[in-house]
Amino acid sequence: MQRHHPVRTIHDSLKASGVSRRDFVTFCGKLMVAAPFGLSITSFLSPEAVAQEVGKARKPSVIWLHMQDCTGCTETLLRTSQPDLASLLFDVISLDYHETVMAASGKDAELALHDAMTANDGKYVLVVEGSIPTKDNGAYLKIAGRNGIDMLTEVAARSAAVIAMGSCASWGGIPSSNVNPTGATGVDSIVKNKPVVNLPGCPPNPYVLLATILEYASTGKPPKLDAKGRPLFAYDRTIHEHCPRRAHFDAGRFAAQFGDDGHRSGWCLYKLGCKGPITHAPCSTRHFNEVVDAWPIGIGHPCVGCTEKETAFTIPIHTTASITRPTPPDQYPTIVTEREGISPLATATAGLVGGALIGAGVMFARSAGSQSSEE
Amino acid sequence: METDRRSLFKTLAVAATLTVIPTTAQARERRIAPTDAVGLLYDTTRCIGCKACVVACKEANGLTADVDGYGGGLYDAPESLNEYTKTVIQLYRDDSAGEYSFVKKQCMHCVDPACVGACMLGALNKGAFGVVGYDSSKCVGCRYCEVACPFNVPTFQWSKRSSKIVKCELCRHRLVEGKEPACSEVCPRGAVRFGRYDDLLADARARLAAEPDRYVQRIYGERELGGTQVLYVSHVPFENLGFRFDDEQSVPHTQQTVQHGVYQGFVAPLALYGILGAVMFRNRRARKTDEETQ
Repeated sequence: MQRHHPVRTIHDSLKASGVSRRDFVTFCGKLMVAAPFGLSITSFLSPEAVAQEVGKARKPSVIWLHMQDCTGCTETLLRTSQPDLASLLFDVISLDYHETVMAASGKDAELALHDAMTANDGKYVLVVEGSIPTKDNGAYLKIAGRNGIDMLTEVAARSAAVIAMGSCASWGGIPSSNVNPTGATGVDSIVKNKPVVNLPGCPPNPYVLLATILEYASTGKPPKLDAKGRPLFAYDRTIHEHCPRRAHFDAGRFAAQFGDDGHRSGWCLYKLGCKGPITHAPCSTRHFNEVVDAWPIGIGHPCVGCTEKETAFTIPIHTTASITRPTPPDQYPTIVTEREGISPLATATAGLVGGALIGAGVMFARSAGSQSSEE
Repeated sequence: METDRRSLFKTLAVAATLTVIPTTAQARERRIAPTDAVGLLYDTTRCIGCKACVVACKEANGLTADVDGYGGGLYDAPESLNEYTKTVIQLYRDDSAGEYSFVKKQCMHCVDPACVGACMLGALNKGAFGVVGYDSSKCVGCRYCEVACPFNVPTFQWSKRSSKIVKCELCRHRLVEGKEPACSEVCPRGAVRFGRYDDLLADARARLAAEPDRYVQRIYGERELGGTQVLYVSHVPFENLGFRFDDEQSVPHTQQTVQHGVYQGFVAPLALYGILGAVMFRNRRARKTDEETQ
């Protein structure tokens, strides 16, 4: 007999599990911080209004697949600083299959996946964590005798929406870095018939995932994406644009090495290799674990550009990024611009050329003169 | 009819006389701003040097960053107006006098512009709203405008193979859309005000009158160099901000006076060619005499 999940709204679910309205409103407040604009669910003026809107949505069923990963993305979702929030999370979304957090193993686990897919056929949200190995017929990843490609293809085919959680799922991440022994690749190069929302990051901010899932649950549509499939509400700008250390960059105050005076004074980490100027991610405004400054630059480490395929795990951490969109420094030109003088080399070259020309002219005049006198 | 030597000289003499009569040089009239003239009013007492105008200008005009200056490629740090920069904020600072001021530089949109006077093909022209515009399709790249401008505004694109002249055109592409220039639009302090020329002039006068101790009692651009549609009021002397010209005559006025002076009454050309002719005549006679003696 098939077990049917009753069609319930998030409100009903919260009521049934005794979650206070205050907790849910707090959670919605955090969602608003994570997605201040660009999403319809957070386009209200107060967390109460967001709670009202999100609460009306059908509690989304989520199936979470692990591929070649480190489980860091799962950890970021579970490691909220307030324990209430983590448990609340499971009242807002229905995590029906997740290999790390479920108790079942072996055949029971496979049955759980089958049940979850059948119960919400065509309606569940698939979240993929980790890259998919494609080399040697996907031999580098097998669960219950099936490789990653087959698993992903099958589960994705019956899903309503696919979210690639983390850099590995987005394009291959660490496993795909040179020389890529397993042929690791991202979800969107396997799943072609469905739009894939990429949430790169190592790990990405969990609220970005929640906001994306809840936006989908509320509106039935994925959020607006950029050219790389990343939701614009979170990945529309670079770290640099909102970096708390930006004033130091503009003023030319850089930490030269870890632990020096500049570093201790909280100066800009650009010269230590910070990839903030070329990295589109929400980290500089939405920190991790609900703790202020809990993100790389906040604790004094340069950004490694983990959300950018061209940067992360490709450009060495301490190699400086090239500034693509330079802006004015915190410095002013003077009224009268001092022009550089002419260099001695240029003067010498000009002198040589000039001398040669004059010499040639004199010789020509002389020979011409002698010719005419011969005539 | 055969033209003999004598009749040719007669014709030439008549032609010369006719040329002389109407060329009495007229003094060039002082030009006034067109009735639809718009401009900017910049107030040094309000500017905080945030450079929002510089950034907005680059975006509105699709200009690339100038990374050649300060900071070794990290910043868009133009030192002055240049081929990448149509407006720039400069700093005047004199610690001994305890004086400092920001100043915004861009095209002054002269009432009688030197660049327009110098341009031989009308690539630079005084167009709608009195904006000094640039039409690259007429430009031959002679850079006369660059040399002529007393404010060092037009700049030739030295870094490109197919170069144009870069200068502020008061965001005329935005004006036709009913928008104001990007620099004045973003200014958070109202230090750059866009408006009708007459209104700006009245506003500037009102500011000087309201706070006579705060401002230098002068509106730069009201009379200087024939008047400019961009006006400045300041709390420091204008010389310190790099405005070196006090002359009330426009550059083309001076230029025309010199040029017309040279041709006044056609005396100078006639004298020059007369002397040359006399020299030629003498030489010819001398040679004839030589040949005859040989």
